Amino acid sequence: MQETISFTPQLAASPITGILWLIPTVPIVASGVIVLLKQPKRSTAAALAIGSLGFSLLLALVAFAHVVGAWMHGVAARETVNFTWIQVGTAHVDLGWVLDPLSAVMLVMVALVGLLIFIYSIGYMAHDENFTRFFCFMSLFAGAMLGVAIANSLLLLFMCWELVGLTSYLLIGFWYQKPAAAAAAKKAFLTTRVGDIFFLLGIVWLFAQTGTLLFYNNGGGSMEPLALGGLLAQPAALGLTAAGAIGLLIFAGAAGKSGQLPLHVWLPDAMEGPTPVSALIHAATMVAAGVYLIARVYPLMAAGALTGGTTPALTVVTWVGASTAVFAALIAVAQNDIKRILAYSTISQLGYMMAGLGMGGVAVGMFHLITHAFFKALLFLGAGSVIHGCHEEQDVRRMGGLRADMPLTFATYAIGMLALCGFPLLFSGFWSKDGILEAAEHWSMAKGPFYMLVFGALLTAFYMTRQVGYVFFGHNRGSKDAHESPAVMTLPLVVLAFFAMALGLIGTPAWPWFRAFLDGRAAGFDWHGLAEPGLLALMGTSTVVVFLGLGLGWRLYGDRSPKPKEPDVLEAAAPLPWGWLRDRLYVDELYGVTVIAFYGWWARVADWLDRRVWGGAVSGVAWAFGLWAQLNRFLDNNVVDGSFDKGCDELASGGGLLARVQTGRVQTYLRLLALAVLALALMLIWSSRA
Amino acid sequence: MSGFHVLTLLTVLPLAGAAIALWSGKHARGVALITTLSSLALALFVWTQLPANGSIGLVEQAKWAPSLGIEYHLGVDGLGALMLVLSAIVTLMSVDAAHRVHHQPGLYFGLVLALEAGLFGSFTALNFFHWFLFWELCLIPAFFLIKLWGGARRGPAATQFFIYTMAGSAVLLVAFLAVFLSTGSMDFPHLTLLASTGELEQMVTAHLGPQVMLWLAIGVLAGFAVKVPMIPFHTWLPAAYAEAPSPVTMLLTGAMSKMGVYGLLRIAIPLFGAQIAQIRTPLLVLAVATVVMGAWAAAAQKDLKRVFAYLSVNHLGYCLLGIFALAVPVAVGDTGALASQAAALNGVILQMFNHGVTAAALFWFVAMMQQRTGGHRGIDDFGGLRKPAPVLAGLMGIALFSSLGLPGLNGFPGEFLIFRGVFPLAWVAATVSILGLLVTAAVILTVIQKVFWGPVPEHCVGFPDLHHGERLALAPVIGLMFLVGLLPQLIVDSVNPTVQNLLAHWRF
Repeated sequence: MQETISFTPQLAASPITGILWLIPTVPIVASGVIVLLKQPKRSTAAALAIGSLGFSLLLALVAFAHVVGAWMHGVAARETVNFTWIQVGTAHVDLGWVLDPLSAVMLVMVALVGLLIFIYSIGYMAHDENFTRFFCFMSLFAGAMLGVAIANSLLLLFMCWELVGLTSYLLIGFWYQKPAAAAAAKKAFLTTRVGDIFFLLGIVWLFAQTGTLLFYNNGGGSMEPLALGGLLAQPAALGLTAAGAIGLLIFAGAAGKSGQLPLHVWLPDAMEGPTPVSALIHAATMVAAGVYLIARVYPLMAAGALTGGTTPALTVVTWVGASTAVFAALIAVAQNDIKRILAYSTISQLGYMMAGLGMGGVAVGMFHLITHAFFKALLFLGAGSVIHGCHEEQDVRRMGGLRADMPLTFATYAIGMLALCGFPLLFSGFWSKDGILEAAEHWSMAKGPFYMLVFGALLTAFYMTRQVGYVFFGHNRGSKDAHESPAVMTLPLVVLAFFAMALGLIGTPAWPWFRAFLDGRAAGFDWHGLAEPGLLALMGTSTVVVFLGLGLGWRLYGDRSPKPKEPDVLEAAAPLPWGWLRDRLYVDELYGVTVIAFYGWWARVADWLDRRVWGGAVSGVAWAFGLWAQLNRFLDNNVVDGSFDKGCDELASGGGLLARVQTGRVQTYLRLLALAVLALALMLIWSSRA
Repeated sequence: MSGFHVLTLLTVLPLAGAAIALWSGKHARGVALITTLSSLALALFVWTQLPANGSIGLVEQAKWAPSLGIEYHLGVDGLGALMLVLSAIVTLMSVDAAHRVHHQPGLYFGLVLALEAGLFGSFTALNFFHWFLFWELCLIPAFFLIKLWGGARRGPAATQFFIYTMAGSAVLLVAFLAVFLSTGSMDFPHLTLLASTGELEQMVTAHLGPQVMLWLAIGVLAGFAVKVPMIPFHTWLPAAYAEAPSPVTMLLTGAMSKMGVYGLLRIAIPLFGAQIAQIRTPLLVLAVATVVMGAWAAAAQKDLKRVFAYLSVNHLGYCLLGIFALAVPVAVGDTGALASQAAALNGVILQMFNHGVTAAALFWFVAMMQQRTGGHRGIDDFGGLRKPAPVLAGLMGIALFSSLGLPGLNGFPGEFLIFRGVFPLAWVAATVSILGLLVTAAVILTVIQKVFWGPVPEHCVGFPDLHHGERLALAPVIGLMFLVGLLPQLIVDSVNPTVQNLLAHWRF
């Protein structure tokens, strides 16, 4: 395979980019090694997984430092290594990887959160009989996800993307003997695949139009002006340009992976997997891959936008994101499973990220992605600690008062919860969410998304307060002997809690480091950034909204202990809408009677066509032939003169000699056939001599 | 290579093995193993000896009956050689899988080897006469293998298979006689040349009248459509695949179905390209129907072998889709369309190879499950097999995901290239057929869910996992799936020059 290494002119070749491929490969190799291990060697499996991911984290940090170093010198760092994967005709299919601020940030986040969750899993999965297989799959997942992060080719990204989907499937179904887990895994894979087939169409279209799937290739990549110009000049259907249509197809893939409407239905069910899986895959990393994908192809999504304007693709991203944010937050209010509440919250937050991308650009969406990864991983691991401490209880109504039994879990969970709610100033979620709200406020197309997202923020604060009230306050209504988790589980919580607060520092308006870094601009420190009147008003609004949500939640659910059979306060107040929300607004049911029913019905139609129509036509022909034969026999027997038969008898006796050869044994036939072929071959050789 | 008739040797070797196997009774499987192993080595050798420019190499030519246009003319290019390697691999897998042939093993393995000889012969023949001989030679052993060792309803299945394919052959024969009458030649390269200049059509029109060429094209297409198969010429397939003993099904789907696609590429498109381009739209409709309805029909099946049979229909549908989509006139200098054609054709050939390996492996796994349960193979006959048989579940899972088209395994590169090529040439067909990818995934995941996941029913508790020998036999096949999935260039290296060579000689 010929390898062409290309670098952006601004930057000299760096060794770290050359070995960037090791970051995803090492965990994948580790998972392969674990497969070949014998079942009992638990410590080896965990050590391999953690060691390999630790190594990846180290490399990721080096890469990150390298990019930051270049950026501090005022260089827009983007280094790529590309190579040809398949040569078809005179064209080729290229793959490659890229090191730039976007991939560096994602690498560090995935490796760091992943490593913390791996460590936590040692404690959480300690008693599982398939401990080694767990680390095998997790390691494979981590490798594939890191592959998504560094891909410089839409095809390589898609390949890692599918591998990520496979590991998600395997890990949701980790307890495969539970029918619910088996069903949830299948549902997750298929729902995301609905998005993926559109994604694949987008890929082949982009490939056909631009001749490359590389993002960046010294001006020849598909995300570079030359290719984008061509795509903009090419009209597609419905008034879209090719760029817009391809962007929407790619977004369909992103919507599947990131649980956006209407493909969100798999994510709550995915909670059937072990809790560390929910934290890593279905909260922090994989579900954010869709957001990352849109950030990666942002030049395509935004192609053709005038200054301050938007594109059809980005408008769709915005509206889908904002609708998802509100829709899922509403449902989260009426859920009672501790993990399902968080799952709907994740869907809602992914909607925020998408809306942020749509209205504010890469940095706005990505900042929320990063902060969310930490505080949502924290919340899930905290929920895991609670479930662990309560002996596998997941219903928040049967918990209560745990703040006394599990102080460390409570403290860290509270930090995660406040970060998610966007509690002012101290927590990262406040800054990243405000970035999105600010972008929404200034969006030129419509004000709808802004109001939706503000309403979503109110709901978020409310449902999280409800959850925390149920779980940690009041008195214990379930297991009496709840206990704090071991240090191997609480330590990652503390580290994540630290990041849930500290990460806010790099994205405040006073020092918008993160944004400047991703945009390739210099970041200055300026207190006045905080004091802009418009911004202050916005921060005030969001603060009021958050406090409103917290206060309402506390008033209804704080420090009270409902009896086991007692309906929820809101349920008692408004049973009908509560029922709708509790039943997830019937989306699953709708799909059940439409898509799923059609699938089964059409399968039966296909089978019936086969057996009756096509098969029937063949049988009909056979039957007609049979009838014709019968008719002939009838004519023979009754019409043709009997003396003919006599002549035939004579013939038949002569045929007896021949009949002796026809012994009816296949072996004999075959031997004769072999002899005949031999004779033919001899004749051939003889004739070719002549 | 003059004086060393390696292609003849390749075909004669399994025939000789067959003759020995017939007389060697209990030891027939050993004979067959040695023969198929050496055939594989020889096929791989042929594969390494291809001319770099993608033209036909290793040519052997001898006069046979010149007055009848019959000539002994052999040769292979990247396409033929890959099919030789595939046939050798699949036959080896099939012999490997046929552990327990108690009833007349000599005859069984003799027939399998005769079938292999037929495959080799038809993938190397460049003259219609003996190509047709070998084409038919494959049919006879296949018929007896189904008829004598098949399942409960083997009789009707074998007869249907035989009559169906015979009807297809008859149409082919008539069409070729017409071509011979008009041109006096049965030589593929010569006829291809005539077709590429348009002379073939003129000659046929002059001898037989206008519109005859189109009817000949339809006849030839029908002959191959039965073999591939293409909806609605496929109804023999589910019964034949289900009733044949599983190792024979491996041969039917892994190697014999490729004869149909190969015939399209070697005969139908080169000779009748312009006519096929004329009726491209209805052909594309049938190809899309094959993809989509094949997958959906698989969803309705309860017998694992029938599920995989329909999945085979679906997967070969992608080959048909690629072939018919690229049958379109391209203006000189239209590099975009040329690139799409090249991508589609590379994808089709990759898909032929990958489907052969994967489908054969899937039926092999079914054979193993049948062996362990006294013949059970219903989707609902099993459950939770991951627990008692983790290795079987893991390896079969890999094969299933290869069939699903998961990147990293062999199924993906071919399907990707096909869609890459088809989308710009026929975007509606590509868009509708991509549904097939979704339905296939649903079918395969349902199989996994019902067979491997869920609670273990009582009768599956003691289900024995793969033993050492089976793991060892399967390892190279699974390894091949990863190898081709990760480094498809290994195959494309020899296929791509041939693709360019073929496209340069085709006229639509």
